[in-house]
Amino acid sequence: MGETPFLRMEGITKTFPGVVANDRVNLEVRHGEIHALLGENGAGKSTLMNVLYGLYQPNRGRILLEGRPVTIHSPEEAIRRGIGMVHQHFMLVPPLSVTENVILGLPGARGILLDRDQARQRIQEISHSYGLEVDPDAPVGALSVGVQQRVEIIKALYRGARLLILDEPTAVLTPQEIQGLFAVMRRLVADGHNAIVFISHKLDEVMAISDRVTVLRNGRDVATLETRETNKAELARLMVGREVLFRIEKPPAQPGPVVLEIQDLVVRDDRGVPAVRGLSLQVRQGEILGLAGVDGNGQRELAEAIAGLRIPEAGSIRIHGQDVTRLDAGDLLRFNLAYIPEDRQREGLVLDFTLSENFVAKRFRHPPFSARGFLRRPAILAFARRLIRRFDVRAPGPEVEARKLSGGNQQKVVLARELSQEPDLIISAQATRGLDVGAAEFVEQQMLAQRARGAAVLYISSELEEIFNLSDRIAVIHRGEIMGVVRPDQVTPEELGLMMAGIRRDDLSGSAALAQVPDPTQEEASS
Amino acid sequence: MDMDAVVGLLHATIRLATPLLFAAIGGLYNERAGVINIALEGKMLLGALVAFMVAFSSGSPWLGVVAAAASGMLVALLFAYVTITLGADQIVAAVAINLMMLGFTGVVFRLMKAAISGSLSAPTFPEWAIPGLDRIPLLGPVLFRHLPLVYLAFLLVPLAHFVFYRTTWGLSIRAVGEHPRAADTLGVKVRAVRYLTVLWGGAMAAVGGAVLSIGHNSTFIENMTAGRGFIAFSAIVFGKWTPLGTMLASLLFGFADALQLRIQAGILEPLFRSLGIQEVAYQIPVMLPYVVTLVALFFIGKSHWPAAAAIHYDREEG
Repeated sequence: MGETPFLRMEGITKTFPGVVANDRVNLEVRHGEIHALLGENGAGKSTLMNVLYGLYQPNRGRILLEGRPVTIHSPEEAIRRGIGMVHQHFMLVPPLSVTENVILGLPGARGILLDRDQARQRIQEISHSYGLEVDPDAPVGALSVGVQQRVEIIKALYRGARLLILDEPTAVLTPQEIQGLFAVMRRLVADGHNAIVFISHKLDEVMAISDRVTVLRNGRDVATLETRETNKAELARLMVGREVLFRIEKPPAQPGPVVLEIQDLVVRDDRGVPAVRGLSLQVRQGEILGLAGVDGNGQRELAEAIAGLRIPEAGSIRIHGQDVTRLDAGDLLRFNLAYIPEDRQREGLVLDFTLSENFVAKRFRHPPFSARGFLRRPAILAFARRLIRRFDVRAPGPEVEARKLSGGNQQKVVLARELSQEPDLIISAQATRGLDVGAAEFVEQQMLAQRARGAAVLYISSELEEIFNLSDRIAVIHRGEIMGVVRPDQVTPEELGLMMAGIRRDDLSGSAALAQVPDPTQEEASS
Repeated sequence: MDMDAVVGLLHATIRLATPLLFAAIGGLYNERAGVINIALEGKMLLGALVAFMVAFSSGSPWLGVVAAAASGMLVALLFAYVTITLGADQIVAAVAINLMMLGFTGVVFRLMKAAISGSLSAPTFPEWAIPGLDRIPLLGPVLFRHLPLVYLAFLLVPLAHFVFYRTTWGLSIRAVGEHPRAADTLGVKVRAVRYLTVLWGGAMAAVGGAVLSIGHNSTFIENMTAGRGFIAFSAIVFGKWTPLGTMLASLLFGFADALQLRIQAGILEPLFRSLGIQEVAYQIPVMLPYVVTLVALFFIGKSHWPAAAAIHYDREEG
């Protein structure tokens, strides 16, 4: 196409105190195109898009829309110019209904009066034409993430968006939901009138859906390529700046006796609804049991129950054969249990504490870190320095606050504290979430090292690739129940995806079951 | 108790709920927009003084109310600037305003007393009986023989309900209180919404104060609000951030106040005497509204604050 591109961003530079988030970045998006923006966390993808969306003002550079230079001072202005954004963390107000979320901020057709009926009708029109099924009257907080994402897309289209920015849209979806999203994306650009910027750090998805791809690294654009003329290895090298191994080396497991045994466990969530419903599983010494599942299917409650942070309703948890069902986290210290929580910033660390304080958070009551009620700083500092070296934490020193570190380094601090005690049992929840390729690799290596040492590992993740890479056995959780336990070499990602969507392993045999699966775009929310 | 006493008690309930209702319904706007306002007390107190001074010197109670509203907005503007623009902690800023107003009104009133010889009595409002309705047995005297400000306060309740749930403004206010960033990405002017609701809340709190000085009385007394601003704040929480709930909570607290006045006046004396109690210190019934406030919060259960309550919003902070 020799015509004027839909969007050109030229020489965009955006700095924050101490950081250059975007350094002379160029981006060109054509009409009718799905353009992937690929890069690791912190590469500057979100910053660039926030500049385009008027949330940040660039220090330098200019933006051209259909050939005309524009300045975008606010999201309002971006919307007016036909730019819509679906943020990675949804920008939805949970207590409000779908309709209210969609019309929020818009001048009503009837002046200051809300016109819900007309809005509801237009929402239905949009959802029919693009396959975005949703109930306009449902409160958004009650919808599944997949459906919430549809609401976000509808919100943008309702405002007349023609250039849609999707920021890491697949992170929270099942494989089937991802296929549904891709179908919607293709329908959106089909008439050549619209365009999509697809932000991702997942190479498979970029290869599958995009027409072209721009790679960002350390705040700079390193390349723009036609997707069909490139491949995963090249993209990975551009993104990380070095060769990347896609399969990690893993010697065969040598499982020993059962360390963790869970029987018919029932755990309620914060709202009092059972989130874990009669779940049983076992983890052996020297084995990694991967627990796959879409977020919010009881993984958090299960992990918290084992770690003693949530008292189960029924069933039992045994560690080394001893009943620990009703023990709290303090009692569990003597079982040498390591817990890597899902939310490292809120539960894994005390962000306002220094690294050394975080390192000894579990052990400061005991020698050598304290004596007669007084902390012994030299011992604590020496210990902290040792861990910083051993776990390769990139930090100015042991006295810096945890808050100041990047996400990857924060996770290393958690790992250092939990793994340095040589635990018998490790409960790891979404340990690589939000980490870039390098840091994620580090986490995986550590898990394998612990396995080799003889630890039993329950590895909870919603990333299928990681589950396949690490697990000796894979259990799939759906709505608090185990759909089946399989070996990674005896199952395909598609089959796992179906189990994650709630189909039991036993019902999966043969292609008959596969044929029965409903179209994911039509499938209704499982809250 | 005879019929007249019941009518009197209910009439007083509505009368005494009115200052709370003004402050609470006004404060509800900024609370729903995510600004916690425990400075209602200070604004009420200032409103009480300003209303009294202006009514006293101009001879017009209405002018007093307008001046009170303006003074409330002025203090609210200060509060808004410090918290919304500068990002200061809302609780700390409000505590400062409360203490400042307690001292300021006391000093000004003493200066005024020293400067003026003779009676410090301001003109007050006449009662407006609503013709026809006030003749309904029982309901008439309870509901329709009040000061004009009383009717105004209760009209603010359906107005607030309409604004919150039927207008684009109300949707913006609720969204800003729950998820300001989401609202911002949709072009809602978060700061403007918060400023306007804080100003409106300030004006209404001050009018509530005016009801105390030139509605119920005809003069000002130091610290005349005596914690009513905090009770109004509790009414918002107890009312679960809805206009109707806030009104019911205000009425409950008004009832407690009306009842304690009657206990002081001796309606329970026969009961006490039969129990062999000679005398009850007046401080004990005076505690009643505050005790009811505590007990009420006891029963409300887990309350759901607007998710962004008391959290400063800055677009370029993550």
